[in-house]
Amino acid sequence: MRVLFCLLFFWALPAFAQTAAPSANPALDDRAREIAQSLRCVVCQNQSIDESDAPLAQDMRKLVRRRLEAGDSNEDVINYMRDKYGDFVLLKPPVQSNTFLLWALPFLLLLGGLFWFIRVGKRPS
Amino acid sequence: MKRALIPLLFFIGLSVALAISLTKDPRRLEDTLIDHPFPAFSLSSLDEPDAVLTEQTVQGHISVVNVFGSWCVTCNVEHPILMEVSRDENIRLIGLNWRDDREEAKTWLAKRGNPYDLIIFDPDSELAIPLGVSGAPETFVTDKNGRIRYKHSGAISFEDWDNIFQPLFKTLEAE
Repeated sequence: MRVLFCLLFFWALPAFAQTAAPSANPALDDRAREIAQSLRCVVCQNQSIDESDAPLAQDMRKLVRRRLEAGDSNEDVINYMRDKYGDFVLLKPPVQSNTFLLWALPFLLLLGGLFWFIRVGKRPS
Repeated sequence: MKRALIPLLFFIGLSVALAISLTKDPRRLEDTLIDHPFPAFSLSSLDEPDAVLTEQTVQGHISVVNVFGSWCVTCNVEHPILMEVSRDENIRLIGLNWRDDREEAKTWLAKRGNPYDLIIFDPDSELAIPLGVSGAPETFVTDKNGRIRYKHSGAISFEDWDNIFQPLFKTLEAE
């Protein structure tokens, strides 16, 4: 009985846990993975399409692969998705006019704080 | 004394900025495809697995492309409205059957009635992703040149049809 249990327990071999069929092109797999990690699953919000099990995310992963196989560069694929779904599909917001404040504010606040600190520190108590 | 007001002003500014962003729905995607040509595709029709439909389907006349699926709950809500508006012979209503099983979709339509002039079968999001579809139902209106002119997310109501779609058809017809 115990042996049977052990057998069943260890039956869950990691090799069987892979969902994607092993492919003949590991370099392409890596690129597809890298792109998938940078694209947001638009139906599940803060998850990349690489992490998500949503049907749409699966189809988006397939499309990323198809486009890579057709000869697109990583940038081409990302721009393609961005054309379709907008900046929202990018997990990391791009630095551009409407996100400038988002990127710059921490540094501006830090500078302002330092400035204030120096001025207050210099004042005789 | 005046200096003491600085943090308060900062706080007010921040509150206003956050209050404004609260009114925006982060789930609403940008409509990046407006005024762009309908994406190229090559898919079968729901009724005829051997038929090949392409982007030419939407060219030459004003079309309404409605994304639906038998799995989609909100599509049940929208369905009677589509049945009603499809009585208008001037409207070309194209269904995009998205991520569905062919037989289940046919059964779904047989039970409720088929409002569509033509149904594109897209089980793997081959057209849905190029259209930027993130959920069903979603509805696109294309002009005579096959360009996307409007995208509607979620179920269409009779009010939407009268207040948004009808005036849009008139504008497109006049072009």
